[in-house]
Amino acid sequence: MIHSYKQGGLNIVLDVCSGAVHLVDGLTYDIIGVCDKSPELSREGIIKEVLSLPGRENESAEEINECLDQIEELKKDGSLFSNDDFKELAGQLKEKTSGVVKALCLHVAHTCNLNCSYCFASQGKYHGRRAVMSLETGKRAIDFLIASSEGRRNLEVDFFGGEPLMNLDVVKGIVEYARSLEADAGKNFRFTLTTNGMLIDDDVIDFANREMSNVVLSLDGRREVHDRYRVDYQGKGSWDVIVPKFQRLVKARGGRNYYMRGTFTHANPDFVEDIKVMLELGFDELSMEPVVCSKDDPSALDEKDIALVCAQYEELAQLMLQRRRENKPFTFYHYMLDLEDGPCIYKRISGCGSGTEYLAVTPWGDLYPCHQFVGEERFRLGDIWRGVTNTELQGEFKSCNVYSRKECCDCWARLYCSGGCSANAYHATGSIRGIYESGCTLFKKRIECAIYLEALRSIEG
Amino acid sequence: MKHIVTIKTRNLCKSARNGGCGECQTSCQSAKTSCIANQKCEKSQKK
Repeated sequence: MIHSYKQGGLNIVLDVCSGAVHLVDGLTYDIIGVCDKSPELSREGIIKEVLSLPGRENESAEEINECLDQIEELKKDGSLFSNDDFKELAGQLKEKTSGVVKALCLHVAHTCNLNCSYCFASQGKYHGRRAVMSLETGKRAIDFLIASSEGRRNLEVDFFGGEPLMNLDVVKGIVEYARSLEADAGKNFRFTLTTNGMLIDDDVIDFANREMSNVVLSLDGRREVHDRYRVDYQGKGSWDVIVPKFQRLVKARGGRNYYMRGTFTHANPDFVEDIKVMLELGFDELSMEPVVCSKDDPSALDEKDIALVCAQYEELAQLMLQRRRENKPFTFYHYMLDLEDGPCIYKRISGCGSGTEYLAVTPWGDLYPCHQFVGEERFRLGDIWRGVTNTELQGEFKSCNVYSRKECCDCWARLYCSGGCSANAYHATGSIRGIYESGCTLFKKRIECAIYLEALRSIEG
Repeated sequence: MKHIVTIKTRNLCKSARNGGCGECQTSCQSAKTSCIANQKCEKSQKK
């Protein structure tokens, strides 16, 4: 299977199953299109078909043959029209590592000092009561993670909420406890923190920059865009409070290992303008993501928005290219595609690991498949004292892979999205094996842009 | 004449040989709603 597209003057051909990326001239692009559409054609048939294409009437058979020879070489090499031999591998990685947990999302605070109307977690309460995690529960979660991680060395813990800084002492205590166990357990903890920034001070900056592998800082870009949704309980916008705090934290961090993480909605599908504001503020590790909510929510993206967002993704790619050439590069999370050292095929067909190797822990120690399922009682997997007790539910997540969704089997992007997000699928369709169509549309556009940028980087050096 | 330039990429077919070590970073940990290809292979990072 191949995927061919044109962007920024390049003709790009992705060989889906080998991962090979080819840049081709216009004639070869058309020939590959004919080969893809009519694989049964003989060489003579292909030449005849190509010569019947608009604008190709005067091509010489000699040149078409030359292109076909080069296409044949790539086929023999297994880097064009390669077969999908991975289906039987699906599920093997999860089977091999069954019961292993390597990452926890710790909900240290089911409460928040902001009142963002678009919050998927219902202002941090997750449709339940306000609560904070005790140090005892946090320590038990670390014990559970170490005990469940078997031979895995790298363990990840994300401090999440609500607003995790509303329970900072417990966060510090959990980190200290985990660090005290690292050497004896032979583990390497990587901590991350997601914050709205309201409580950042010198103490937080010192702690975060010492202990957090990554910090995720919530900022939606333009002041008026950010303050439309991200307000306190008096309805006051938070932009003026948090931006100087974020700037101090990032500067103290040496400008590395952080993300400005924004959400774009129906109110700002022109999100590249928000990216530009973040750049003006001095931030250069950026992520902007589409809101995920029900279709009747006022912040939901409609069809017109989706088309505009796709055009914005292309504009963003051009902006990144321009800044790269001006030696002022910035990163955009979803364009960080590592073509040479990306994940192996097992990871690509297994997905993100939610419900199996990655679990969310509530303030009172219940386990859920990931942070986006917390608050949905039927997705409760167990707790950190007894482990996973709802094995039937875990089995559903274990069997999720690229090949468990019929639509994914025929999709060119399947080895990049790995079947997509189970939570998004559930919230959009009612099934973790459903297809979140607008999410797929945007994902495919992002991958096209990312491959385009990486291909250009490769040829420009 | 060269009609095709191939960009250097990891061969996914060959990447099946190691059986998957499972040490690579879990997606949602990196930065929340639209998660794999932008992860890096842990083994490759240690080269």
